Amino acid sequence: MQNTQAKSDLAIELRSLTKTFGEVVANKDIDLTVKNGEILALLGENGSGKTTLMNMLSGLYRPDKGQIIIDGKEAAIHSPHDAISLGIGMIHQHFKLVDVLTVQENIVMGTKSTGKTATQLNEEILSISSRFGLLVDPRRKIYSLSVGEKQTVEILKVLYRGARILILDEPTAVLTPQETEKLFAILRKMKEDGCAVIIITHKLNEVLAISDRVTILRKGQSIATVETAKTSARELTELMVGQAVDLSIARPPVKDNGALLDVHHLTVLNEEKVKALDDVSFSLRGGEILGVAGVAGSGQKELCEAIVGLQPVSGGAILHRHTNLVGMSTREIIKRGVSMSFIPEDRLGMGLVGGLGMVDNLLLKEYQNQPGLFVNRKPAQKLAHELIKRLSIVTPGIYTPVKQMSGGNVQKVLLGREIASNPRILITAYPVRGLDINSSMTIYRLLNEQKSKGVGILYIGEDLDVLLELCDRIMVMCGGKVTGIVDAKSATKEMLGLMMTGSSQEEAMEHV
Amino acid sequence: MSDSRQSMIRVVKRTAIPRKTAYLIRALAVLLALATGGLFILLLGHNPIEVYKSMITGSLGTKSALRETVKMTIPLCITALGVTLAFTMKFWNIGGEGQICMGATAATYFALFHYDWPPYILFPVMVLASMVAGGVWGMIPAVFKAKFGTNETLFTLMLNYVASYFIQYLRMGPWMNPQSAFPQIARFEKSARLPMLFGVHVGWVFALVLVVLVFVYLRYTKQGYEITVVGENENTARYAGMNVTKIIIRTAFLSAAICGLAGMLQATGADKTLSEAVTGGAGFTAITIAWLSKLNPFAILLVSFLFGMLEKGSGTIQSLFNISTSAAEVFQGIILFFVLGSEFFINFRVMIGKGGVKHER
Repeated sequence: MQNTQAKSDLAIELRSLTKTFGEVVANKDIDLTVKNGEILALLGENGSGKTTLMNMLSGLYRPDKGQIIIDGKEAAIHSPHDAISLGIGMIHQHFKLVDVLTVQENIVMGTKSTGKTATQLNEEILSISSRFGLLVDPRRKIYSLSVGEKQTVEILKVLYRGARILILDEPTAVLTPQETEKLFAILRKMKEDGCAVIIITHKLNEVLAISDRVTILRKGQSIATVETAKTSARELTELMVGQAVDLSIARPPVKDNGALLDVHHLTVLNEEKVKALDDVSFSLRGGEILGVAGVAGSGQKELCEAIVGLQPVSGGAILHRHTNLVGMSTREIIKRGVSMSFIPEDRLGMGLVGGLGMVDNLLLKEYQNQPGLFVNRKPAQKLAHELIKRLSIVTPGIYTPVKQMSGGNVQKVLLGREIASNPRILITAYPVRGLDINSSMTIYRLLNEQKSKGVGILYIGEDLDVLLELCDRIMVMCGGKVTGIVDAKSATKEMLGLMMTGSSQEEAMEHV
Repeated sequence: MSDSRQSMIRVVKRTAIPRKTAYLIRALAVLLALATGGLFILLLGHNPIEVYKSMITGSLGTKSALRETVKMTIPLCITALGVTLAFTMKFWNIGGEGQICMGATAATYFALFHYDWPPYILFPVMVLASMVAGGVWGMIPAVFKAKFGTNETLFTLMLNYVASYFIQYLRMGPWMNPQSAFPQIARFEKSARLPMLFGVHVGWVFALVLVVLVFVYLRYTKQGYEITVVGENENTARYAGMNVTKIIIRTAFLSAAICGLAGMLQATGADKTLSEAVTGGAGFTAITIAWLSKLNPFAILLVSFLFGMLEKGSGTIQSLFNISTSAAEVFQGIILFFVLGSEFFINFRVMIGKGGVKHER
């Protein structure tokens, strides 16, 4: 009796699920359970198999071995369609929405909605959205929505399809602290409604804030499942990494070397002739780390690109030691010791060439300084071996295409190259994007090393906790404007969050 | 645990494949192609073994057959080398046909009107003119791509027709041979025909030299490195301070210039006149050759020779067994189908039945 009772309580039960890709075992004998009305956090470093596991649940991959039991019945999920009919809805990290269509059209797309009028559909959507507090007007077009609202639409989309089991893959990566709070409120409502929620993340504070239980994956295996109320960030990290990790980031004091980069009233128009940067002014000193905080798409990319001459500038000046960089070619700017590394969402987009090995990637900026017609790969080979040793990069060989290396190693190659060029100014955007804790710590250490050498570092980040710990000052951007530059030692997360959504520094300080 | 729900056939991406296995698969594909082609020949009422035998003897068996095969290989090899430059940059130059036409036309101008120049001036001028003409023909789409973001695939393709009809216009109009009853261009004077070496026009020397040059250019020069980077990731190239526009235009020019050279060699060496047929379809076949060779110049040499054999052999069986040209083309298609299809099995592994998943450590 008790046994059957317990069984029907479980929304999902996975029994020794295994998945291999070629010779790589991505998931090995994974056991996992989620109850109805429960939020389970799935925690693990990169490459620990979280995404593979969830892709099996959502029908994108098929397990090689093991069972998936949904609501007490063994289920065969052969396609995303199967997953939906079982009530499983997946919210991907990158939104899958059609920009030019309305919210309503995006939500009903692909469902059998024939014969229903737009008003009927809108009512259906509104009834779901009011139940969970998902506030968004179904008639609006997707492109007019904020990031947080787009995510709301994604959630509505799966709920409309009748999902009772929700899987969210790193949902907070693109949200401000305030938006994250809103999302968590929605998730709690779903939980009250009896839905089962799995949230994938590697932000420990969020795990502790939202989940009931945590399952930790390491190297494709489920290491442990703990109750959130009975655990701590320290314990979770140890389980995740397999050893104790010092989570504190050092912030050596600034040895002021004077201003290295003065940006005055910089304005940049994007392709649609909209101001992507609007009257941005700041100054970067040697030996400091200036953080840049902002919701994704607030002008960070344009700022990086404008400084190194990749974006046409329509107004203002960028002064480096009294020379204006505006109008110079990228080549000339690189020669002046300005180095930029931007880790886009796909990691390789700008800075590295995925199909080439370490050697050819290290040559990228260096080769033009070589004399003659031919490329000399010797120095790059030497540098490759040096970097492998110094940054403990794991790769089968210096000619292995970098896209075959793991994310952390790829980023070490990129940052390693930039640092090896002995820059005066180091611009780095999202250098720890998607990295595990150990690799992130290595990157912070590298940046601090450069800082103590007197390099001026512009650090564009997404994790506010890290920005507050690592940087000396933080510039907050919203919609292409600078809403304030604050001292990182006295600033708070809430303050940054408010400024990221457009409040001025004074308003934000009053509020907090 | 039971695995009753496992599907019977699964496709798994291979991580790495030993070279030996890869070649084994390719060899198997060729054998299968021959077997299928054999069935086809059988259906036509001929003995496949006889037909195959005569294809080989017809393309390699005698000195003159071998010379013909080499002659057919030359434009294929050179054009494939040309498009390889563009393809490495992921610039889809499918305008080889047009570039061959333009190169041939430029050379023909000098062959028709300046055949009295001393050969040490005439031939270098023809080489240069054909490369410039072909190169410009390929550069036009590149300039438009770089400046306005047009699609080079369509653009290069359409220019093929322009070039081809341009030759037709010359043939029927200004350059028509008045002594001929047909609208055709006169055969070139002896002094404007490419000299022979070992019984084949010297185009083969050009081909061999180009194989080495293109290999070295792509592998060891700065410009070759730039081509690879731009092809892989334009954003990264720009970020590293490369002048992407310049690289695209320069590479398209070089790629098309080599194709133009093929046109000159074909007109002055093989055809000894100019007509739209100067390309012999080499501009398109070269694309297949370049991909089959995985853009490796030495492989291109080998593969284009095999294609030359296939073409010559098809000609032989046509005259010997009265198998029509179309049938010969079907046969070529069968071989291509299998060989290109085998790449799938080199990149993926198909597993049949349950289990079969080994947990190797």
